[in-house]
Amino acid sequence: MNLHAIRAIYLFEMHRTWRTIMQSIISPVISTSLYFVVFGSAIGGRIPEISGVPYGAFIVPGLVMLSLLTQSISNASFGIYFPKFTGTIYELLSAPVSYLEIVIAYVGAAASKSIILGVIILATAALFVPLRIEHPFIMVLFLVLTAVTFSLFGFIIGIWADGFEKLQLVPLMIVTPLTFLGGSFYSIDMLPPFWRVVTLFNPVLYLVSGFRWSFYGLSDVHIGTSLGMTAVFLVVCIFIVRWMFKTGYRLKS
Amino acid sequence: MSSAISVSSLFKTYGSGFEALKNINLDIRHGEIFALLGPNGAGKTTLISTICGIVNPTSGTILADGHDIQKEYRAARTKIGLVPQELTTDAFETVWNTVSFSRGLFGKPFNPAHIEKILKELSLWDKKDNKIITLSGGMKRRVMIAKALSHEPEILFLDEPTAGVDVELRRDMWNVVRALRESGVTIILTTHYIEEAEQMADRIGVISKGEIVLVEEKSELMRSLGKKQLRLQLQEEHKSIPAALAKYGLELAPSGGELIYSYDAHEEKTGIAALLKDLEKAGMGFNDIQTKQSSLEEIFVNLVKERT
Repeated sequence: MNLHAIRAIYLFEMHRTWRTIMQSIISPVISTSLYFVVFGSAIGGRIPEISGVPYGAFIVPGLVMLSLLTQSISNASFGIYFPKFTGTIYELLSAPVSYLEIVIAYVGAAASKSIILGVIILATAALFVPLRIEHPFIMVLFLVLTAVTFSLFGFIIGIWADGFEKLQLVPLMIVTPLTFLGGSFYSIDMLPPFWRVVTLFNPVLYLVSGFRWSFYGLSDVHIGTSLGMTAVFLVVCIFIVRWMFKTGYRLKS
Repeated sequence: MSSAISVSSLFKTYGSGFEALKNINLDIRHGEIFALLGPNGAGKTTLISTICGIVNPTSGTILADGHDIQKEYRAARTKIGLVPQELTTDAFETVWNTVSFSRGLFGKPFNPAHIEKILKELSLWDKKDNKIITLSGGMKRRVMIAKALSHEPEILFLDEPTAGVDVELRRDMWNVVRALRESGVTIILTTHYIEEAEQMADRIGVISKGEIVLVEEKSELMRSLGKKQLRLQLQEEHKSIPAALAKYGLELAPSGGELIYSYDAHEEKTGIAALLKDLEKAGMGFNDIQTKQSSLEEIFVNLVKERT
């Protein structure tokens, strides 16, 4: 194991975060705060409690998940895409590092960043709404598992993308709609029966539902199902990354 | 003792069907400076990239200090430093960070003293906290070299290191290269400046259209392929060469005031004595005589021309 290399990449990536702190930390915190103001206070005041939880507090887990997903994907995809774009990837390819070490370092850094961000957003939320966390262990587990899984997913997008447009395409066209339609802002019980079934095919639902369960004990699907679905997605991502490095897909000619 | 780099039966065909390397066999000795010459698109960069692990070989084997670059990539790559042709750097990072990063990436523990030494040798020390984007092209080139040297490689690849570099940097760079060679580092470089290969290299390989055309000791190459020229400054200008002198294959300079005779300095009879006698007979007097050995550049151009 080339631990020095893992450390070097990890620190390099984390350093990039501090350098771009406005973009990496402050801007997601501001946009999430806006959600709280709009949905939590302005509109939320007119929406009754959902299963005994005030609407403002109900949306917190969904909002944290929204940031966690989008930030994990954008951190990791940008982290590996940028060296490809500038050409500095030559160094990574010629270095005595295995693909596993590269993935651990890049995905680890991207996941660390989004976990830090998730915690900051949670702390911000506590300023606006009363929070309670019934299952802190499960909550942390979901936070970490989601951050790692979607950082891995972002890493795949970063390798796949051969232009800035593609880099934005998946987060914008797929992840954001899935998150909004995955029960971040509502319980799927509020939907008509047909759409409730459709939503069950949305993987984000399982993340949001499980994460919300760890806060309030409320969930749209069973917590075990949530954990299982997340694990399945993680394993799928691991296999895709393995294949990409084995074949040199879009990395080596 | 095994070679520093040993390439055997290496082929590389790109996805587009372009055959960049055709049956390359090459051994680089420990501690030598090897210059790889070839026109643009000959396969120099592809060959270096394949050895360094950036391009996958289609077939063939490559050993770096006896380690297979694919099966034992860790051992092989640890020994190799690469300075690519393109100036690709992390624009927003500082010189110090990016050079330290390279050292870590190659599995070496952080060593500020070593990085300080390299930056000082390359006159980068006072720029260590500058962001790379603020540096000039020549300075960026120095950063690339510092990155490659950060992990103390035993084999160093320099791909066109002096392309677009000013005189001062070129001199600094060659000083560094000489010092590295003295410390036992094997150096493989590609260059367009043939006089540089002529000055620096121990051996020269010529690559053309994906094939190694020849590999030779530099001095041997110069001797075996070197033609000499005899230039005679004539007393009067002539419009043509007298028929009596046709057998010498003389050339008349465009001004008409100079005769050029090409000969092989290693032949027993160079024909110079006979030519001078015949000139006298033809009544062509001359003021001055000059002989000149053809440069590596001329040799190189001739070699590549012969094959096309």
